Amino acid sequence: MFAYYLELGLRSLKRSPGLTILMVLAIGFGVAASMTSWSVFRAVSGDPIPWKSAQLFVPQIDMWGPSGRDPDGEPPNAMDYTDAVALMRDHRAKRQSAMYQIAPSVVPTGAGKHPLNVSGHAVYSEFFPMLDVPFKYGSAWSASDDTNRAQVVVINSKLNQKLFGGVDSVGKSVNLEGHEYRVVGVLDHWNPQPRYYDVVNGGGFVIDADDVFMPFQTAIQADIPNDGNTNCNAVPEESGFVGLQHSPCVWIAYMVELDDAAAVQAYRTYLDGYARQQQASGRFSWPPNNRLRDLPAWLESQHVVPSDTKVSLLVAFGLLLVCLVNTVGLLLAKFLRRSGEIGVRRALGAPRAAIYVQFLTEAGMVGVAGGVLGLLLTGAGVASVGWVLPKDIADLARLDVSLLALALLVAVVATVLAGLYPTWRASNVQPAWQLKSN
Amino acid sequence: MDIRPIFAALRKHRIPAGLIVLEIALACAVLCNAVFMIGQRIGEMHVPNAIDEAGIVDITVQGTDPKLAAADVPRNLAALREIPGVTAVAAVNIVPLSQSGWNSNVATGPGELLKKNTPNVAQYLFSRGGPEALGMRLLRGRFFDDAEYADSQLGVSYLPGGHVALVTQSLAERLWPGQSALGKQAWIGDDNHYTVVGVVADILRPDRNGEGAAGFHWAIFLPLSPASVLNTYIVRSNPGDRGRVLRDGIRKLEALSPNAVVKGQTFTEVRDKFFADTRSMVGMLALVCVVMLAVTAFGIVGLTSFWVGQRRRQIGIRRALGATRGHIMRYFQTENFLLTAAGVLLGMALAFGINVYLMQHYELQRMPMYYLPAGAIALWLLGQLAVIGPARRAAAVPPVVATRSG
Repeated sequence: MFAYYLELGLRSLKRSPGLTILMVLAIGFGVAASMTSWSVFRAVSGDPIPWKSAQLFVPQIDMWGPSGRDPDGEPPNAMDYTDAVALMRDHRAKRQSAMYQIAPSVVPTGAGKHPLNVSGHAVYSEFFPMLDVPFKYGSAWSASDDTNRAQVVVINSKLNQKLFGGVDSVGKSVNLEGHEYRVVGVLDHWNPQPRYYDVVNGGGFVIDADDVFMPFQTAIQADIPNDGNTNCNAVPEESGFVGLQHSPCVWIAYMVELDDAAAVQAYRTYLDGYARQQQASGRFSWPPNNRLRDLPAWLESQHVVPSDTKVSLLVAFGLLLVCLVNTVGLLLAKFLRRSGEIGVRRALGAPRAAIYVQFLTEAGMVGVAGGVLGLLLTGAGVASVGWVLPKDIADLARLDVSLLALALLVAVVATVLAGLYPTWRASNVQPAWQLKSN
Repeated sequence: MDIRPIFAALRKHRIPAGLIVLEIALACAVLCNAVFMIGQRIGEMHVPNAIDEAGIVDITVQGTDPKLAAADVPRNLAALREIPGVTAVAAVNIVPLSQSGWNSNVATGPGELLKKNTPNVAQYLFSRGGPEALGMRLLRGRFFDDAEYADSQLGVSYLPGGHVALVTQSLAERLWPGQSALGKQAWIGDDNHYTVVGVVADILRPDRNGEGAAGFHWAIFLPLSPASVLNTYIVRSNPGDRGRVLRDGIRKLEALSPNAVVKGQTFTEVRDKFFADTRSMVGMLALVCVVMLAVTAFGIVGLTSFWVGQRRRQIGIRRALGATRGHIMRYFQTENFLLTAAGVLLGMALAFGINVYLMQHYELQRMPMYYLPAGAIALWLLGQLAVIGPARRAAAVPPVVATRSG
């Protein structure tokens, strides 16, 4: 019976090709626009480390007091040197790392080669296991390297390719800002988007992955300055990078790993205790006002998803809605034109259900055709978002099976939904009246 | 023309009529908001920037020894000045629209920084010749003299030790509304203050830094003797020469500091990079508008055609009773006009609602009221264009149809 309905539908669609093409085009465009925006939105709002994001937390300490808070009472979104180092020393979480952005210049070995700027972060050794950073060669440095300010670095595979031609370079040396550092590890491809461990710098989405990581205290000692944002509530009293370390300016990102609710509670208590201790010592003249957000809540609070992306998603769904209303209208026009045919079928004994199946089949066929067109246009859309959207975000939008399946599903479900009302009207056709008037 | 029969007919086709109205309402709502957003972004891209945008290139040198800057900077400037076609050069700390900022809060008196809501301002530092190299336009007062450049050293906390400053017109108006800024003191921190000696036409800052559209022109300019923070060279020439000047400049600076990373670009490239996101958003919104208008127009064509098909007999009867082709045409055009009118009325309310929602959630501005009637007129025109084809076909129905049964 279904095959018969398919044939009927095909015949009916062929009878008015203009109307059919209109419907398919409308569905195709609507689906393509909304799916392209959706792929971008999904890319930027996705969880960058889904298996672990619930255990990663970002602490914030209110070291500026009431005058430095946002209107909503939010403390600064980064740490000053004093607090970051104190928290690292106390070491109360399972794993933790303070970090700051660096941009040292690398001098390649071999004459005639130009030095190049690389970007990276100065971190603690626990950074790598905490974020499940994949290594291709070697491993992270050790906790004792942190305390001993060892002259070691971890580089990514891109820099390894550039400097050493991609071979296992563990043990070789790299010249950063005129000093030699020993390579202890080479990362496998790792460029999480958003770059969740430091979203304060670069707004979360950065095209190029960090090339180099070095121990935090090693970088401080080597005077490698902060390349990220620095925010001050007062002018530092001393100049230079050392002055920055002694100032209340915030420029350090911080992340901790806490396994369960009890650990989170314990860490909260610890942070409040720390702030109260600062209050007692006279450094803070206000009660504790700390925050401890898990990673998804932190990304939300920092508005990592650009509002333009959300607006374009809304606009695209508006377009899909217009296309759907359009399809309802056109299907209605199509189905009602055939009241004579419906009258005959009903008079010959077809129940209402049969009329439903027949017309929903036809609507579904339009949906599939629209969906296939939508797929092609989505493919073209995702491929061309590069010139429509910021490069760093466009790079993230990818076509995958789930997106294609979703596009097809949206098209079919939308069209069948759009077909419901016209079908209901069609099935309500009075057979006697139709037969009489003909 | 009597519109009562039209209403009578529409009452019989409530659902198709309702669908057209709904479609037009949605299209009107989305269109008004999308066009408004497009307009805003295009406006953003054309904010004035009173420097010689077409004639300047900037070259940044990184990785040199900061202790040698006092000698390096004059040497580099002299080398760049020798390039044929170069009219002015200067070393600066930041470049407009470069997205890498240097900002301070500026107050009109000491101790105000924490108490008052002080504006966050881009802090430009430049060596002698800065105003000429950038092509700044002086509105009141004067530029710096040689002694003021020579006296200004970078002190503690990266603030120059000089005592004079230039401000943009917008910043002058923000700090001292309704007064002359000349001779006033601009405070950065509680210890450093600068006498305003000149007001210049508005220049953009490297980024908005959270100060929104109003603060995009808040900038202060301080003179500085050669220092390591002045690591970007502004080289000005005729627009036709700038490609060659850029290449020569990079080559010269690379030769002078072989261990440094030297990068350069024209200011046009800087501007394009800054507004790339904005441009792409405009492109995507425009695409959505075009597709939506097309879909709406085709929807009207489709539904009206169906309608005409259903009413061939009535049309035939009217024609047989003496109605001209023009009457039939006008009937469908009026019908479309009424449906569109209902649609745009609903659509304007919806557009306003969406705008209010976007304002609350996405930092959008209020849509000026004239967008609503403009959107209405656009959809009226679209409806009338779309209905011409089906109305023609209706008018072509011969009177003889009335005599046929079924």
